[in-house]
Amino acid sequence: MPKLTIDGIEVEVPAGTTILQAAEQIGIEIPRFCYHERLSIAGNCRMCLVEVQPGPPKPAASCAMPVAEGMTVKTNSPMAVKARKGVMEFLLINHPLDCPICDQGGECDLQDQAVAFGYDRSRYTEQKRAVQDKYMGPLVATEMTRCIQCTRCVRFAQEVAGAPDLGGVNRGEHMEITTYVEKAIGSELSGNLVDLCPVGALTSKPYAFNARPWELKKTESIDVFDAVGSNIRVDARGNEVLRVLPRLNEDVNEEWLGDKSRHAIDGLRRQRLDTPYVRKDGKLVPASWQEAFAAIAAKVKTTSGAKMAAVAGDMADAESMVLLKDLLTALGSRSFDCRQDGAVFDLSNRLSWQFNSGIAGIDEADAILIVGSNPRWEAPVLNARLRKRYLTGKAKFAVIGEATDLTYKVDHLGTGPDALKAVADGSSPFAAVLKAAQKPMIILGMGALTRKDSAAILALASQVVDSCGLVKDGWNGFNVLHTAAARVGGLELGFVPGANGRDLDGILSGAEKGELDFVYLLGADEIDTKRLGKAFVVYQGSHGDAGAMRADVILPGAAYTEKSGTYLNTEGRMQRTARAVFPLGEAKEDWTIIRALSEVLGHTLPQNTLVQVRDRLAAVSPVFDEDTAVPAGKWGAFGVAGAIDAAAFESPVKNYYMTDPISRASRTMAECTEVYVNGNQKRKTGTHG
Amino acid sequence: MSSHYPDPNVPQPETFAFTPEVMEQAKVFIAKYPAGRQRSAVMPLLDLAQRQVGWLSRAAMDYIADLLGMPPIKVYEVATFYTMYRLRPVGKHHVQLCTNISCWLRGSDDVKRAAEEVFGIGFGQSNDEATLEEVECAGACVNAPVAQIGDDYYEDLTYDNAKALFQALKDGKPVTVGSQIGRQTSCPEGGPTTLKGDA
Ligand code: SF4
Ligand code: FES
Repeated sequence: MPKLTIDGIEVEVPAGTTILQAAEQIGIEIPRFCYHERLSIAGNCRMCLVEVQPGPPKPAASCAMPVAEGMTVKTNSPMAVKARKGVMEFLLINHPLDCPICDQGGECDLQDQAVAFGYDRSRYTEQKRAVQDKYMGPLVATEMTRCIQCTRCVRFAQEVAGAPDLGGVNRGEHMEITTYVEKAIGSELSGNLVDLCPVGALTSKPYAFNARPWELKKTESIDVFDAVGSNIRVDARGNEVLRVLPRLNEDVNEEWLGDKSRHAIDGLRRQRLDTPYVRKDGKLVPASWQEAFAAIAAKVKTTSGAKMAAVAGDMADAESMVLLKDLLTALGSRSFDCRQDGAVFDLSNRLSWQFNSGIAGIDEADAILIVGSNPRWEAPVLNARLRKRYLTGKAKFAVIGEATDLTYKVDHLGTGPDALKAVADGSSPFAAVLKAAQKPMIILGMGALTRKDSAAILALASQVVDSCGLVKDGWNGFNVLHTAAARVGGLELGFVPGANGRDLDGILSGAEKGELDFVYLLGADEIDTKRLGKAFVVYQGSHGDAGAMRADVILPGAAYTEKSGTYLNTEGRMQRTARAVFPLGEAKEDWTIIRALSEVLGHTLPQNTLVQVRDRLAAVSPVFDEDTAVPAGKWGAFGVAGAIDAAAFESPVKNYYMTDPISRASRTMAECTEVYVNGNQKRKTGTHG
Repeated sequence: MSSHYPDPNVPQPETFAFTPEVMEQAKVFIAKYPAGRQRSAVMPLLDLAQRQVGWLSRAAMDYIADLLGMPPIKVYEVATFYTMYRLRPVGKHHVQLCTNISCWLRGSDDVKRAAEEVFGIGFGQSNDEATLEEVECAGACVNAPVAQIGDDYYEDLTYDNAKALFQALKDGKPVTVGSQIGRQTSCPEGGPTTLKGDA
């Protein structure tokens, strides 16, 4: 390992490290624009110039220069500072300096570094260049005159997003970053371009001219639009969530975030339930909490527990699920389900529903079989990780299911269970690949696990695990990719049918046939509400979507930005959202609603504080307890062998941009649907905002 | 505007395809690079496309991207970077006149006047017969002033010989490529001045 001296500090780093990275390790930050640790090195902005000895007597770009034994680097010598000042002056020559009307103002690398290294006046008196703005889709606004040609966006699109739609055309003074043909960027990760752009050339279209960063209250939270559990920061002003940005978590989302998670937030202000409703003479009328509770109590009094059931939705927090289960159990019901899609797992073993290798495990896997999932739409950030692994060339990929463009090359083995059978019995060549691999993995999506024959498919998958050695010492390559943020939490706390209880299908057919009289929907909107028959339906949730439409009583709950809720992501990782704003109107945090209702129903739950609810969760499962290590599960054979339908696997996500009540209420997502799903690429005229 | 930039007023053709003969040539270029590195052939292929129809339309660039299995934007990047690629149609004769210092001192203004008179167009303009363009140093300063017409250089131009040259091109008559005053390559004008005999 070469040893070098940076600003008088000796440091030893692995060969191949660049000077800039070495400096970072000892806490010296070298200014940069084009360098980004997750992108390839371009070395074209020259902001990172430092003085290096021995070497030619000129400054060197530290981001692109590997360290060498005995190097002496000065990051702040007069030569380095002068060089940097020069670079800054050149960069500002063609930069419009329109900070007062630029959305990047206040969080702009160029602005910050101009303050540090720029002159306080310009010597430039010639004409500045102006560049025509480009159309990059409904999420990214452009002001290309501000671009400093760092090419971060180009490299991101090509490398991370796998949508090489961006490029730098022409050259010299005429160079422009463009899609060349007016074309939206074909990626579910396009919002990240805005974070990457060090200047205000690419900014967020939905957030345009909304706020300055220093006006915003920043809350660290968790995303619930998919089961990845990306770490986010919610920026709010007053009681309005204005934007969502990713937070760094190497094990989960690195520093990326999907477009829905970032931009569906305008749905938080639309279609909201802000007051209780009670159905009177067939019509939902606003009511007080007391009236709503009384209506429920009246029904519950005349209904036996066996005729009650509850379904939890895809965004329900674990706190409200555990209390709802406790309450209904006290009333005598055993019919619960948190699987709105009817997914099948081995309910006695959490290994059957978790992403056991961990998301970071993808970085080590060397053979990956994706079954019945379209990760690009079900978990775009995880898909970016798969692509990252693909780019290393160290892993082989195969897909069984729909043949979609996942942004990396895969071996398409087939569309249905037959292909999986072939892997299980070794007749498919990919079986040999899995067997030969050190760290093979299977990713089982909801397209495979939500069918009528899913128990048999689960058995088949578990056969693949055994025959190809997917589970071995220190490695478990059996991975389930969920689509719902609430799912793993619900399974873990047992929001599933108890003894003689009904599952989702049982609940729906029971309600249809009049065998069930009372159904409690906790944010459940993805079920077929027509099948609820004559049952008395309570809907607790944040949005007036399918569930609320059918409800007899509506209890307005909080969205994920308005409460502190516990979620387990697809790996079983426990994370919590934090309250960034208050629930709208009369709406309340969800667990408090159930706690209050329990009192009216005469089965008062003992939990009075959030801490007590969390203690209850921890008592139900150690996964919810930060302080207890979860015992490693034991691998067993899952599923039940049985008849298998040859029908192709189909991903449940038909439109990435609209999967839940929030994104369905979002205008931005409607626009994305128009452009990306319906293929309507028409650029709108200036007056369209 | 230079022919290097696309003209928004010229409609872009819907499709493009190599003729079978050009396709044969293209295959030769592609075969020069190892499998998986076909995209290295992008520059000669762009040149072939340009020779086939005179300019590079978007359809032609997309066609080449498809042929080489590369993202279209990467082809646009190459085509827009090198000024010898023409992104708009040009007239029959593509006249590129150097007006940099050597040529200018040696009378490129006169050559320009000659071209304007014969073809009836100025710099940056185009008609069916010709496209007249001002270019930066053509790299033949010794024989200034210089014009590149199509693939060939025409050197040592004066008002008179340039006018005759342009007229001949216009009339479809044969012309001499290279120096218009009989100079041999870049030897001194009027023959050698030193080293006249064997030592
Ligand atoms: S648009 Fe932004 S990210 Fe892209 S090259 Fe310009 S400055 Fe860099
Ligand atoms: S950061 Fe080194 S050249 Fe841009």
